[in-house]
Amino acid sequence: MTDPLFGNGVDLGVVVIAAVKVLVVFGVLLVAVMMMIWFERKVISDMQNRVGPNRAGPYGVLQTLADGIKLFFKEDLMPDRADRFVYKLAPYLALVPALLIFTIVPIGGVVTIAHHVVELQVADPPMGILFLLALSSVSVYGTMLAGWSSGSKYPLLGSIRASAQMISYEAAMGLTIATVVIVTHSLSTRTIVDSQAISFLHWNIFRLGILPFPLFLIAVTAELNRPPFDLTEGEQELVGGFNTEYSALRFALFYLSEFMNTITMSAVMVTLFFGGPDGPGFHFVRWLWPILWFTGKTVVLLYGYVWIRAALPRLRYDQLMSVGWKVLIPFSLGWLLVVAAFRIGVIWGLAVFVGAAIGAGGLWQAIRVASARREALDEGPPGGGDRTAADAHLRAVPEPEGGG
Amino acid sequence: MARKEQKPPKKRSLGFFGGFALTLKQVGEPRVTTPYPDEKVAKPPRLHGRHVLNRYEDGMEKCIGCELCAAVCPADCIYVRGLDNPTDAPVSPGERYGFVYEINYLRCIHCDLCVEACPTEAITESKMFEFSFTNRSDAIYTKHELVVDEDGLPRHLPWEDWRPGEDQHSSGWMRATSPSGAVEYEGTTQWSAELGYGVRPPEGGQSGRRNDVATGNISIREVERDKISRRFGGKVHGT
Repeated sequence: MTDPLFGNGVDLGVVVIAAVKVLVVFGVLLVAVMMMIWFERKVISDMQNRVGPNRAGPYGVLQTLADGIKLFFKEDLMPDRADRFVYKLAPYLALVPALLIFTIVPIGGVVTIAHHVVELQVADPPMGILFLLALSSVSVYGTMLAGWSSGSKYPLLGSIRASAQMISYEAAMGLTIATVVIVTHSLSTRTIVDSQAISFLHWNIFRLGILPFPLFLIAVTAELNRPPFDLTEGEQELVGGFNTEYSALRFALFYLSEFMNTITMSAVMVTLFFGGPDGPGFHFVRWLWPILWFTGKTVVLLYGYVWIRAALPRLRYDQLMSVGWKVLIPFSLGWLLVVAAFRIGVIWGLAVFVGAAIGAGGLWQAIRVASARREALDEGPPGGGDRTAADAHLRAVPEPEGGG
Repeated sequence: MARKEQKPPKKRSLGFFGGFALTLKQVGEPRVTTPYPDEKVAKPPRLHGRHVLNRYEDGMEKCIGCELCAAVCPADCIYVRGLDNPTDAPVSPGERYGFVYEINYLRCIHCDLCVEACPTEAITESKMFEFSFTNRSDAIYTKHELVVDEDGLPRHLPWEDWRPGEDQHSSGWMRATSPSGAVEYEGTTQWSAELGYGVRPPEGGQSGRRNDVATGNISIREVERDKISRRFGGKVHGT
């Protein structure tokens, strides 16, 4: 269950291996973010008949590096009314969780280096999934405090949206993760990956009946503030959103953490639903294939993210809330019950499935009736002109009744 | 329920998955971007670029120093001083010539009123607008920089982006416009010869009498013809 690296006590070799793992993952993540930003811009431009970045380096690969260098040398501004300490802290609160979440993601199999059994992931805590949930909650603070400490109204509005949105979607995200945990009996990411490694059909996405994955995907997309859920930085309404007042390196940190979160969450999805580094291997360089499989799956998911961004327009705020509360949370809760019942027995499972279906139908009907009623209120009484005409009786001065 | 029927019929839209299908389909479509610094799009026939001062075919300067261009300039960017032609070596065929001729391109709005005002077609515009200076004195073009060289081609200053063939495009505006705005003269040659070109052909604007080969102009309709018919069907008639 625990990390086999620390099984025989901690000596110098163990410390060195752990440090190297941290450094490698840190470097790989930074390079991956660079490539991800380039990848996103290229794919989006492909989907919009454009060329995309093509000036810096071959095919514009170094564009992100150029942007980063530019941001590094720009003037760092701070509004007069900003809360100075929190304003400086917020970008790191956004970045650090993004980096830390990746530490629990298994990016490869188990190798032996100098008689030490090393799992190819930075850390394998027994409560890895809780660590993930905790840190993804912490990353809300980066966004929220950035907006609050800017001392400016648009960032504040953006961050208020962010906190409401993230709280709404965190529940659905936690519930879908709970289904994974129920099936795999473990909170350790390594165990979750190992339990899916039997064959293609044992990946959690199939074992759980596919539905949790789209639920998790939507919840995570909202959690990441990516389109179509990027209301926190809706340019049309909020200038730049929570990071309007940020410039130079601090802005770069937000940008970095946004894309790093995307990569990290794709990696988490691969871990939870797609078997992590699982896939057919070959007999030469045996340690490499799991890493390639993991990378390939992550890239496919990242392409999906970019595709979603290209295809879907931004949600309205009330749509965002109703998707979160009326669709995602009921469905993920219902599916959690169904999965839990199937663990007990098939009869139980089918019974709960039917019960959940009836419940979903009832909920659907309730929402439909409510929205029809609200529409009726918005439109005014049937056949009778506009709202002002309908409300005329409220404004009309009653005729004074004749005395006597 | 009865009110539902009063609503207008639902418009056909892409729907949820239609957006994904459309964006994926676009990946295979040709790019609409022109990679600008590497390749330029064809310029419209009447584009107002930076000015040139022309010469007659014998090498004489056309400018007679009348200062009409400076008088008409709304941006006050032209400075001209005329001088009597030296009798032994006249610069222009007239009585006087442009001794000083300066255009300040930080002020010029490229309205081409100077070109209209010029009685001898001495000042016309090229189609070159890609010039950027790094100091103010570079922005003031002197007479030496404006007058065409011995072959009748505009001089290339170091901060200007000339491509091969682009210096053929001078006086395009004049040749694309009918003299005095009279429509019956459109496409009629009413201008004098220029050094290096002779009498240049008209570049009919609205009429079909344009000479695109001579002027290096490509109609936008021509460029888009394939794309439009492929996308929407039907045939697009070129000009």
